[in-house]
Amino acid sequence: MKHITRKATRHVNQNEGLIFEKSSPGKAAWKLPPLDVPEVDTAQLLGSFERKDLGNLPEVSEIEIIRHFTRLSTWNYAIDLGMYPLGSCTMKYNPRVNEVVSRFDGLANAHPYQPEKISQGALRIIRTLSECLIEITGMDAITLQPAAGAHGEMTGLLLVRAYQQSKGHPRKRILIPDSAHGTNPATAAMVGYAVENLKSNAQGMVDVGALAAQMNEDVAALMLTNPNTLGVFEQDIHKIADIMHAKGGLLYMDGANMNALVGKVRPGDFGVDLMHLNLHKTFSTPHGGGGPGSGPVAVKKMLEPFLPAPVLMTKADGTLGFDYDRPQSVGRVRAFYGNFGMFVRALAYTLANGPEGLRQTTEDAVLNANYIRKGLEGAYDLPYATPSMHEVVFSDKIQAKKGVRTMDIAKRLIDYGFHPYTTAFPLIVPGALMIEPTESESKEEMDLFIEAMRFIAEEVEEDPQMVLSAPHSTRVSRLDEVAAARKPVLRWKPS
Amino acid sequence: MRYLPKSPADREALLRAIGARSIDDLFASIPPEYKLNRNLKVPRQMAESEIVDWFRERSRENGDGYARFLGAGAYHHYRPVIIDSLISRGEFLTAYTPYQAEISQGTLQSIFEFQTMICELTGMEVANASMYDGSTAAAEAVMMAVRLTGRRSVAVARSLHPEYREVLATYGRHQQMPMTPVGFAENGRVDMKALEQAITAETACVLIQSPNFFGTIEGVAAVADLVHKQGALLVVSIAEAVSLGIVEPPRQADIIAMEAQSFGVPLGFGGPYCGVIATREQFVRQMPGRLAGQTTDRNGKRGFVLTLATREQHIRREKATSNICTNQALVALMVNIFMTIYGKVGLRELAKQNLAKTAYAAQQFSKHAQVLFGDAPRFNEFVVQTSESPQAINSRILGHKIVGGLPLKKFYPELGNAALWCCTEMTTRTAIDTAVGLVAESEGSARPGAETDVEEVTR
Repeated sequence: MKHITRKATRHVNQNEGLIFEKSSPGKAAWKLPPLDVPEVDTAQLLGSFERKDLGNLPEVSEIEIIRHFTRLSTWNYAIDLGMYPLGSCTMKYNPRVNEVVSRFDGLANAHPYQPEKISQGALRIIRTLSECLIEITGMDAITLQPAAGAHGEMTGLLLVRAYQQSKGHPRKRILIPDSAHGTNPATAAMVGYAVENLKSNAQGMVDVGALAAQMNEDVAALMLTNPNTLGVFEQDIHKIADIMHAKGGLLYMDGANMNALVGKVRPGDFGVDLMHLNLHKTFSTPHGGGGPGSGPVAVKKMLEPFLPAPVLMTKADGTLGFDYDRPQSVGRVRAFYGNFGMFVRALAYTLANGPEGLRQTTEDAVLNANYIRKGLEGAYDLPYATPSMHEVVFSDKIQAKKGVRTMDIAKRLIDYGFHPYTTAFPLIVPGALMIEPTESESKEEMDLFIEAMRFIAEEVEEDPQMVLSAPHSTRVSRLDEVAAARKPVLRWKPS
Repeated sequence: MRYLPKSPADREALLRAIGARSIDDLFASIPPEYKLNRNLKVPRQMAESEIVDWFRERSRENGDGYARFLGAGAYHHYRPVIIDSLISRGEFLTAYTPYQAEISQGTLQSIFEFQTMICELTGMEVANASMYDGSTAAAEAVMMAVRLTGRRSVAVARSLHPEYREVLATYGRHQQMPMTPVGFAENGRVDMKALEQAITAETACVLIQSPNFFGTIEGVAAVADLVHKQGALLVVSIAEAVSLGIVEPPRQADIIAMEAQSFGVPLGFGGPYCGVIATREQFVRQMPGRLAGQTTDRNGKRGFVLTLATREQHIRREKATSNICTNQALVALMVNIFMTIYGKVGLRELAKQNLAKTAYAAQQFSKHAQVLFGDAPRFNEFVVQTSESPQAINSRILGHKIVGGLPLKKFYPELGNAALWCCTEMTTRTAIDTAVGLVAESEGSARPGAETDVEEVTR
């Protein structure tokens, strides 16, 4: 335990109940201005539709609310506190200027239906970001409407379907590697496609021979994450694209790992037909405890007619506006225009970087992942020796001999002051430890991480129980997830 | 680059430790013919001060300082300042989805409180942690009803937000979900006769909105009777959450799909917003999205975890209830703080102010133009029909820094020169009087007692 003080030290934090437990009648945190129109008789206006009682909503004062949520916040780990090496999640620094500019009145208070004439600022932000993302991906057109990565995948497969339909037949199946994110197959099902699994080869990459054998005129597209979820660049990408294209299939790229590529290589140049981006990963918009995200879909020219309506256009008078007249569009995937607030942040990030910054960011992300790989080699089993890009996947094979699994190591890492890596994913690696440091980590922080991981490996040998019962330093110990699911308590009720 | 915490010497040291000669070694797996050997054509690197200036300029070009009478699924309510103070805490802002419960109790407890308050407000038994927005929540609620009933047809009220209907059509297109539109009656509510005809033994659910797109409060109980008689489910979309402060919630619904933007979320040109699905306990295992649940740790201490994950894509893959992964957690936190601030009493008072402003505005407009659908109660929106086209009116009053109601012809050609106007507690009497005066200019002389006349006309 003496090692732990290097990165983290225990300190007092406040207990806090549920807000409902602090409520009492007559307390208030609100005050409305005097009404400048006549009062109304609600009973007369609403009759039997008038609501009389708001049940158990709380009544508390402002200071209590501030303390309540501040106390809760201190129970969270966050990027702002330290390294957050969740593989595939790209937990990079969330710049604060992004937050400031997205709150400027004209942007934060803009109504989505206000006239285009007084929306030129917002439209220009959409246009500028679109142009940047098209250039970064090497594609021809883009929609910013999807609200998250999975929503982008759905939009992408709708585009695939519309495109294949325009060629005569929507086809039946989507090929998905066994290393893929769970959203890929779930999305294919939502768009009415059957999922066909594609087995990885011994290097953890797409088995080109198997792909050639499985590809036929019933397959609409291949959904490929590149670099894949092992953090490995699919070196045969051009062969993969050729196999797909030769039989009329499309190559869809899941852009979850785009942080490994920006400024170094463009998917549009290596045969990708369409892809989604996660602005909340690659482009630094905050994860916020699980959203909001934003999942733009960039496409090649032949898919442009099918993009969700409306599409941004330059009008005859040179101003920007929306084009709703898109007869071949797959339709809307969301009301209004997408998570605009995230566009503002992603563009602010792009402007803060410029071309050199974006490239340096990618290089640092890859450099960091390889440094961690080097630092942990030997202590943890590396199932695939293929070169790593922005993330590295180890397995718990060595530790499993002592009965310690990836989740146990992850929980012990918490005691050392770090957020765990991604556990048990990708599925092709039993007991995976998927580590993505991002570019935001300094050498010092990574050295502490490597040291902590190595200490844990030693603890597994010397005192596995210490690891199995971790975490030891948190407010709560391991929580009973089985009980939570068996008899769900999903809301507070007055006792 | 100021976000990158490494000196050139650090980079050299890392390369040496790895055993690489240069950074290019680490990109050797990318076939050389695809490598980008030039700078990206994106704007040059900017200083923070330049970024601030650039966006401030865009903000100025974006209708800053206009009075707006726009609602239609996006509502301008006051946002208490502590919402932004609290959500700006890095521990909320820069945390991931709370999969590691021991170091995510702040987010998890907050979601649990959010779910509780949404249940209290909607009269439902369970609510999820959030969906992307009201439109996708409605589409996912319909898909949930399809799974629950094993039936596939859907009847959709035309008084549901037109863009929500478009989203539903997109989601349903490849899932063999035939959809029947159901029109509205002369009082603005769903046409009960048409609805009765639309529901068959194949109908999985009926989807309506209340208050509906015209601001009219639907007779949910009567609709529910019709729906349930045929063994179908009733899905109710709520786009204006503040209505729940003074309007009876649609307790007779089986699933409620909500947009909670009104609760402290900036208009933000349409997003990010906060969808939520609430339903009965018996349906929870078909619900999409994340759920926080209460449990105990090894010492018996109360704690919270994400639960019932076997519904979700990372476990069930193609058999999941939805592909949703990232949702709108930080926005749900804004909503949670807003509900906590206004609470049991404040939310009702807030809703009452909305009602009063709207009643006043509708009455003033009715002196000069037709206010449609006066027969049924409304919340904070109303439809005004004019002889001049609403586009012409709007471009005239825009010069006075007022944004008029949303012209409806695009969505409802049969309503002619109609526009949807909205008032909230933010709408001043001065703005209302000015707007009414400007509309009156073109509508000729005042017609006293017009609202009564209008009712007769529309009947």
